[in-house]
Amino acid sequence: MTNNQLTENGHLRHFLTIEGLKRPLLTEIMDRAEQFSSISHQQVKKVPLLRGKTIVNLFFENSTRTRTTFELAAKRLSADVINLNISTSATSKGESLLDTLHNLEAMHSDMFVVRHAQSGAAEFIAQHVAPHVSVINAGDGCHAHPTQAMLDMFTIRRHKQHFPDLCVAIVGDILHSRVARSQIQALAILGVGEIRIIGPQTLLPAHSDALGVHVYHDMEAGLKNVDVIITLRLQQERMQGALLPSAREYFQCYGLTDDKLKIAKPDAIVMHPGPINRGVEIASSVADGPQSVILEQVTHGIAIRMAVMSMALGSQAELEGQL
Amino acid sequence: MNTQIINGRVINPANQLDAQVDVFIRDDIIIAIGEQPVDFVADNTIDATGLIVCPGLVDLNARLREPGQEHTATIETETRAAVAGGITSLCIPPDTDPVIDTAAVVELIEDRAKKSARAMVYTVGALTQKLQGDLLTEMAALTAAGCIGFSNGLSPIKNSLILRRAMEYAASLNLKIFINAADPWLYQGCAHEGAVSARLGLDGIPETAETIAISRDLLLIEQTGVNAHFHNLSCGKSVELIKQAQQQGLNVTADVSAHHLHLSEHDIGNYDSLSHVMPPLRSIRDREQLQQGLRDGVISAISSHHQPLDNDAKLGPFADTTPGISGLETLLPLTMKLVEDDELSLSQAIASLTNQPAAILGIEAGQLKVGAQADICIIDPNAHNECQPAQFISAGKNSPFANWLFNSQVRHTLFKGNSVFS
Repeated sequence: MTNNQLTENGHLRHFLTIEGLKRPLLTEIMDRAEQFSSISHQQVKKVPLLRGKTIVNLFFENSTRTRTTFELAAKRLSADVINLNISTSATSKGESLLDTLHNLEAMHSDMFVVRHAQSGAAEFIAQHVAPHVSVINAGDGCHAHPTQAMLDMFTIRRHKQHFPDLCVAIVGDILHSRVARSQIQALAILGVGEIRIIGPQTLLPAHSDALGVHVYHDMEAGLKNVDVIITLRLQQERMQGALLPSAREYFQCYGLTDDKLKIAKPDAIVMHPGPINRGVEIASSVADGPQSVILEQVTHGIAIRMAVMSMALGSQAELEGQL
Repeated sequence: MNTQIINGRVINPANQLDAQVDVFIRDDIIIAIGEQPVDFVADNTIDATGLIVCPGLVDLNARLREPGQEHTATIETETRAAVAGGITSLCIPPDTDPVIDTAAVVELIEDRAKKSARAMVYTVGALTQKLQGDLLTEMAALTAAGCIGFSNGLSPIKNSLILRRAMEYAASLNLKIFINAADPWLYQGCAHEGAVSARLGLDGIPETAETIAISRDLLLIEQTGVNAHFHNLSCGKSVELIKQAQQQGLNVTADVSAHHLHLSEHDIGNYDSLSHVMPPLRSIRDREQLQQGLRDGVISAISSHHQPLDNDAKLGPFADTTPGISGLETLLPLTMKLVEDDELSLSQAIASLTNQPAAILGIEAGQLKVGAQADICIIDPNAHNECQPAQFISAGKNSPFANWLFNSQVRHTLFKGNSVFS
């Protein structure tokens, strides 16, 4: 499989998926984010790295948090930002999706930050954009959400020493989660000792073993000796289609409570990509408790997105240099 | 007009003929194979030195898009593509627009097919009105108009009672039914439920979507005694089910598409929409079991399952694209590739494209014999060319086989004794 998100020199041109990337690149993203995270504490929270660049937030699916952090990240890099929320119904045909893209290209955009309800949409867009445009995947269907995974890795790195020593458990709706897929890939590339997924069979992919994880249906067994617990948001519509009987039963079996948290290592951290359903996948006392790093994740999202944007647009300069 | 085909290797699986003999044609009929008849003077000679001479191919399932979607393809364009692929007889499933559920639609298609006069076009009538699965069609009238069998196309009949009635009715008129087995509830998604769909986050279609439907249908076939054929098997377990039924003496046959014999879920790669097809490409193991089914004779035909699409239909995120592969022009080279790879004997390969599908349809075709209509395909087995879908004669260029190296190529096609492709 060709990795069209990298330049010939192995630098980031697009950021579509974690799959296929090498450990040094993931480390570079986190190191770069480390530098940027100090900017947020300065009086003037801006650097002129992307001055004169135009970044389009192209959201075919609703999002507040992700779009806001992308927008903030772009603005802190001094880029011009346009936000476009396009309802999926208007562009259900590939043809019009392409038309939308080509129109935006014609306005000399430099980067598209794309969120779309279909798996593979970011890849499709990257295949069809003009060579001077970078594409950042802000979530495509059930496939990938690479910046979310990187901010999660960054958060883990801030709290834990050494990835190979860690045991990480991801709890909940893995089947429909682009976040989980990207996290699993990132954890594997960073050499994490053990990756577990915990949930009922209805919410796990049919061939989870292909993802390189250990599967647990019993949460208490799955949390034993775990260093990091990642709970996933449970979409309310999952009760339809007979995936689950009720939110109440889900909380009983798979909700992270204080009692269940005690099964993990005493210094385990609790993460959640947000937004939280309190009392569904996580108890309020855990979400707001001392082991929770959920709000840190949001803060780190800005630094990670600044890192990825500056790296991708930096490779553009590299491409232009070749011309 | 008299035509002779000389020096070719003539293969006619129906009587196990495989020899270098000459074929003599007067007008539209084969009048001799071997010795030249005394009064025969050739007006036209085809020198088939180094080439294989076999019956024109019989394709059990090809969508020509007419009537209804003439902007995509027409009977004219697609029968031209068919004969370029050596196919001289093909069947249209009933899911045209309007649906083939009245004699008028059958007549319309046959009229247009006759005007193009390149290949024999057979129609398969709808089993239920508008394919809605509620009301039976006038099967006797449709048969009188020319339908050679009945099917509900790609719209499975959900209600088992209606399906049972349709089978009983067809059985009493001694009509054949064709089934695309799919459980409508499990059949939701766009890729095989397996390692690739798990990785790419695509909605998976489990193999039970096919095997549950086949199991139900086989039980009803046993009960009603209808003569049935299953189209386009995709799973190894489906082959097993058909094999058991055949061993029990049930009158069932099955075909497989040429693409399912060569591709697997892994060909989706990075969301390659050209590999988006229904039923989905399944695991490598399934592919091997389909090939085995063919060798064992459980599956007796290879079909194109041709679905020409325009370019826009394949432009988009994977799940949003239209499933389907343009297969008329790759049916023969892909089947011959199985021979080159030692997966299938040459005579089995030709049989699964000629006399065996003809037997499934119950038509006089797919054989080279004295007195038969001169539908003949002449193949160069050493052609070595790269597949270039952009050069297809078919209006549908949607093929995942771009740049595949094909060693076999159709050199001439004769339909009713006339050269329709060369």
